[in-house]
Amino acid sequence: MAVKFVRPKIPKFAPDPWAIQFDEQGHLRHLLTIEGLGPQWITRILDTAEGFVSVTDREIKKVPLLRGRTVVNLFFESSTRTRTTFELAAKRLSADVLNLNLATSATKKGESLLDTLRNIEAMQADMFVVRHEQSGAAHFIARHVAPHVSVLNAGDGWHSHPTQALLDAFTIRRHKGDFTPLRVAIVGDIRHSRVARSQMHVLNSLNVGELRVIAPRTLLPTHIEKLGVRVFHDMREGLKDVDVIIMLRLQRERMEAGLLPSEEEFYRLYGLTEEKLAWAKPDAIVMHPGPANRGVEIESSVADGPQSVILEQVSNGIGVRMAVMSLCMSANRGENA
Amino acid sequence: MTQTDRLLPVNEAIDRLEVQIRSDRQDGTLVDPLIVGIHTGGVWVADALHRALGCSEPLGRLNITFYRDDFNTLGLHPQVSPSDLSVDVDGRDIILVDDVLFTGRTVRAAMNELFDYGRPRRIALAVLYQRDGRELPICADWAGQELNLGPDEQIHVDGPDPMTARLVSSKEG
Repeated sequence: MAVKFVRPKIPKFAPDPWAIQFDEQGHLRHLLTIEGLGPQWITRILDTAEGFVSVTDREIKKVPLLRGRTVVNLFFESSTRTRTTFELAAKRLSADVLNLNLATSATKKGESLLDTLRNIEAMQADMFVVRHEQSGAAHFIARHVAPHVSVLNAGDGWHSHPTQALLDAFTIRRHKGDFTPLRVAIVGDIRHSRVARSQMHVLNSLNVGELRVIAPRTLLPTHIEKLGVRVFHDMREGLKDVDVIIMLRLQRERMEAGLLPSEEEFYRLYGLTEEKLAWAKPDAIVMHPGPANRGVEIESSVADGPQSVILEQVSNGIGVRMAVMSLCMSANRGENA
Repeated sequence: MTQTDRLLPVNEAIDRLEVQIRSDRQDGTLVDPLIVGIHTGGVWVADALHRALGCSEPLGRLNITFYRDDFNTLGLHPQVSPSDLSVDVDGRDIILVDDVLFTGRTVRAAMNELFDYGRPRRIALAVLYQRDGRELPICADWAGQELNLGPDEQIHVDGPDPMTARLVSSKEG
């Protein structure tokens, strides 16, 4: 299936904006977006993550792979889960970790992004994990870092959140195996969700059987049908015969912007309750990238219920991030391309 | 470059290993040993030994990818299956199994990984083929066959069913 994606506003690089993710030998160096990875790299990341997940089941949850390397978490936007799982992933690889919460620091004092970068580079960092409210921020940083530094995108604006999408694919694969017979529905605020965008790229790259989105018109991006998805506005129709349900977080700002009448209205129509869950396949799994708004997009008994894999997603996130970190740090190192 | 192959006997080497381990187990040197193979070839040999020795506990499998000492030069090796060691190793006697003992670096990595699972009482090393070329002070407790090879000679083990071993020598010219 030919899928053409509408690219969000990111700085335009010629000729292939995703080529920057690879070094001259074609080895993954930065992870900025799912686009351009292709099924081989996605599968390699997921396979590598299997090995790391088994490490996190042991008593000593640490391997010496990145001993002596320094990973810097550059968070220009606040985050708890993503930052802590990146931190734990780096620590379990034996790297040193520096957490910089830039939402409240130097940039607010007028230091430019590049000046901040140069200063941190001077601390001999090997990897930047970047979260920023502006789409394309991680690309921008990747274009300007020293050649030995890798950049991982931990979420930029509405654009991309590649490690979240990879851990979702990993979780689905662990439960369902092959992607080709699966029906997956993404429900909620698709329009403002970098997670949803990355999930669509990952699932389409892995050749998922059918990808659906279920949302009111106001929460869908324009030309959504060009993203290789089937669009539903009704939960009963959209959830029919679905194997995987991915609920998205509804942000309160959306109500204030007049895109939705009220939280109650949204919950009544799109909130995943036990009643609505029964419309999907009986063995369907329920996912949520967190943090979940109970009673807004998901009922508590569903979030904590037997079909929910929400906490598993968090644990898997550590293994997947360990895989991405070690693969990117392998770049520029000779024959293992 | 010319390449010549010679097949090495596999079953005989496994039989010899089994006999040596059996005799050490009888005289009490090894207590209730746990068998752990190193991916990939070592697991095949360990599996054969596990069956021959009639061990009741499941076979352990180590994937030493995350413990190799060449990450800085070669990067992350492509994955085979993850490590799988479901039995507690604390205070246990462990027979670590690999197909070929050459530089000793793989065994060093495997021992480091084992210690991240616990503190074994003793680790003994069984290899199908022990060749020259050690770069670390490591020696096998049992070897199915000893070989003195030239710098351009290598042992290739394939498997698992049937398991075969070839001595490959590549000469310039």
